[in-house]
Amino acid sequence: MSEWTADEMMAVEASRRLRDGSVCFVGIGLPSLAANLARRTHAPGCVLIYESGTIGAKPTELPLSIGDGELAETADSVVPVPEMFAYWLQGGRIDVGFLGAAQIDRFGRLNSTVIGDYDHPRVRLPGGGGAPEIALGVRDVFVMLRQSPRTFVEQLDFVTSLGDRVRVVVTDLGMLEPRDGELTLTRLHPGVTVEEAQEATGWDLRVADDLGESEPPTDAELEVLRSLRTKGSS
Amino acid sequence: MAVVPLCCAVRDLVHDGDVVALEGFTHLIPYAAGHELIRQGRRDLTLVRMTPDLVYDQLIGMGCARKLVFSWGGNPGVGSLHRLRDAVEHGWPSQLELEEHSHAGMAAAYAAGAANLPFGVLRGYRGGDLPGRTRVAAIACPFTGEALAAVPAHRPDVGIVHAQRADRDGNVQLWGILGVQKETVLASARSIVTVEEVVDELTPMPGATVLPAWVVGAVCVAPGGAHPSYAHGYYDRDNDFYVAWDEISRERESFRAWMERHVLGTTDVTEYHASLARARERA
Repeated sequence: MSEWTADEMMAVEASRRLRDGSVCFVGIGLPSLAANLARRTHAPGCVLIYESGTIGAKPTELPLSIGDGELAETADSVVPVPEMFAYWLQGGRIDVGFLGAAQIDRFGRLNSTVIGDYDHPRVRLPGGGGAPEIALGVRDVFVMLRQSPRTFVEQLDFVTSLGDRVRVVVTDLGMLEPRDGELTLTRLHPGVTVEEAQEATGWDLRVADDLGESEPPTDAELEVLRSLRTKGSS
Repeated sequence: MAVVPLCCAVRDLVHDGDVVALEGFTHLIPYAAGHELIRQGRRDLTLVRMTPDLVYDQLIGMGCARKLVFSWGGNPGVGSLHRLRDAVEHGWPSQLELEEHSHAGMAAAYAAGAANLPFGVLRGYRGGDLPGRTRVAAIACPFTGEALAAVPAHRPDVGIVHAQRADRDGNVQLWGILGVQKETVLASARSIVTVEEVVDELTPMPGATVLPAWVVGAVCVAPGGAHPSYAHGYYDRDNDFYVAWDEISRERESFRAWMERHVLGTTDVTEYHASLARARERA
């Protein structure tokens, strides 16, 4: 079996949770990698929507931005942004929405706005963008986030989006799912220990009784992943 | 309405203190017009834009803005907008007031402005800390009682967009990712549209929209005027530039030097491109 990176394991784990035919609101970076991997492996009918208004995009290379020209050229339809958010997202036509953030809490709430005080931030982050309405407008929210005490925090500096529909959080160490309203470690990636996951979490991490282990990436998955290079990263 | 030089349109239509929206969602971002605002030294602008992108990083870093109304302020796929962060975190080159929304809220506000309605309505801004920090109000649906969010309409003094082409009468045609460009022009009291070229006749294109000359304030020719973003059918997004901007903009000195050389040191978009080409040759 080939070696793989933590990012590859994250992309594979998230990708496997997308069903064929799912309509997915995709962000740039790891979510784009996961969704494009799914479309090229077990879920060829997966519909990729980028918030620029491209519905059913089929990029051959991963876009650097959510509005790269190739997304428009390969899309089934390109709609203006007000229509994207009103008719398609608010209209309840999207199954899965991927979100990332700078911080997450045990309830799956996310912060992508500021570190520190809002009026005098230590770090001004980009802001919520589509996240607040995606978090409540899709059926299932998938979060992809590297796990560390700085990102998995007891107390968010700012609540950008709510966690009501977060179904899974895929990290570089394993996977968390809500159990009784609190994110619980349900799966570890190969070679990772419970202690490592706990140390990378800023709250007292619950561990599922039926804790499992992720299947390692297959050679086929790795081959597709590595063929998906990002534009502009040359 | 005739086609006019960009410098004249900016001189006549954009004033210090105006609320100005430069739109274009990743595609067709009106950089040439943004650079002209910088060259003419506009001050105290309220800048409205969903995704500030590098163009507002440049305007903010050059001291043109008093306030920013926005929903996502990063360098797409790359990271931070360092000039925006420096203004918010350290007040350099001046304090910047923020009015922050979600994408859905911004889009609804533009659509309401275009429709001459006082506010946009959406199922959004529920929970979280953003509603306490921005201009949004809860309203009840008069028919069902459902709690909804109302955002005040965007009614900029000036809306500025870039498009692929116009005809000699000033009718504007654009296609590809359309963002909120049409809404921006229709919501604004005055408007400037820069185009890649002026043609004798607008050949129909798939998915194209046309802004009739009579809703557009000024049409200006600015070939390459969306760089480093792109103009579908004309040129691709300069992704390498977006990556390079991270380094250029990280420090105040390197940012100022770049702006002085390629924007203040040039008089229009053609000279800007020549200046970038010379820099590439030397690299």
